Amino acid sequence: MTDVTNQTQMQEAQMGDYFALMKPRVMQLVVFTALVGLLVAPVGVNPFVGFVAVLCIAVGAGASGALNMWWDADIDAIMKRTVNRPIPSGAVQPGEALAIGLTLSVFAVVLLFLATNILAAGLLAFTIFFYAVVYSMWLKRSTPQNIVIGGAAGAFPPMIGWAVATGSISIESILMFALIFMWTPPHFWALALFVKSDYGDAGVPMLTETHGRTVTRNHILAYCLPLVAVALGLGFTSIGGPFYLLVAVVLNVWFLKGCFAIWKRTDVDSDADSHAVERRTFVVSIYYLFGHFGALLIEAILRAYGLTAWAGW
Amino acid sequence: MAIRVEHEIHTRRKGRNTGVFLLLVGMVGIVFGLTVVKVLGLTDVRQLERFDHVARPQLEPGAMEAAQQRADDAAAQGEASE
Repeated sequence: MTDVTNQTQMQEAQMGDYFALMKPRVMQLVVFTALVGLLVAPVGVNPFVGFVAVLCIAVGAGASGALNMWWDADIDAIMKRTVNRPIPSGAVQPGEALAIGLTLSVFAVVLLFLATNILAAGLLAFTIFFYAVVYSMWLKRSTPQNIVIGGAAGAFPPMIGWAVATGSISIESILMFALIFMWTPPHFWALALFVKSDYGDAGVPMLTETHGRTVTRNHILAYCLPLVAVALGLGFTSIGGPFYLLVAVVLNVWFLKGCFAIWKRTDVDSDADSHAVERRTFVVSIYYLFGHFGALLIEAILRAYGLTAWAGW
Repeated sequence: MAIRVEHEIHTRRKGRNTGVFLLLVGMVGIVFGLTVVKVLGLTDVRQLERFDHVARPQLEPGAMEAAQQRADDAAAQGEASE
């Protein structure tokens, strides 16, 4: 009896385990980009409605993370990086994760609709569907382009934030979407080049393993070039400005330089310096995304105070 | 058998129960806050009365004036026919 009780105590899920189902680290990016999408929009939003909207977007993203963990529990148990997740570790039962994922999805979408508008709620519903069904269930295990397609799910939050404020989709929100969408592949493939993964053991096709590292290097540069165009193009829309353009030029030169260096290298070069360039470019890619969205936010503040007039903007 | 206050499940599930309590309080706060914001955001707070699931023509803008006009017209027609 004591043994049974002890075992129950060990496997009792705590709030932290349920919170971990929602992939809190991914949620940080979602919250930040959704908030920027909302704040740079030309239409003001009541602060409380804005807070609830960002909360709904974060909960929706967390719900799709829970659904992803429910579906991928079998492969999470195989890979070292994911073996300690709540389901493979035994802290949370798969059925619980499914129930939490579905409940929070409905909760987030309905509340976002009631608080804001049907377009924002519809986009959130589509994002959850895209990540949980299109990416997790369908494409993740069937194509090495899974990172590219999965990136779309992570790219929707600023578009939803913009829709919360304006009730519409515009060139600005499409370019914010495109910025994250085009950034995701080089970001993850740079990581894949220096982290020894066990995706192969789990049956998940990753570009580095299905097509080789040289092809991955080509792909990184190939995605980086249109990414630069998108990032700079955003500077000429209504949410861009001199400050954003200045930051974007610096960040794009920095990132493009890294991607070009990755493309030029061979695996022998990479092994010789313990993948120093790949590691550095991966770190730069994180600064790159946060830098662009941070610059958009600062640009909006400067515009609100009329401080961009000096540049004749 | 009554559940004893000091049952071990109370301590074991304390974190979860506290978490659920806080989430429910948060939910109530959000719904209350949204209600306040939405009501205060109405240009004419009488619009709120229109959402009572029953058609109330007297709340429609201009409805009373139109009804009065129709009554006056009918009265005028009646007088003319006499």
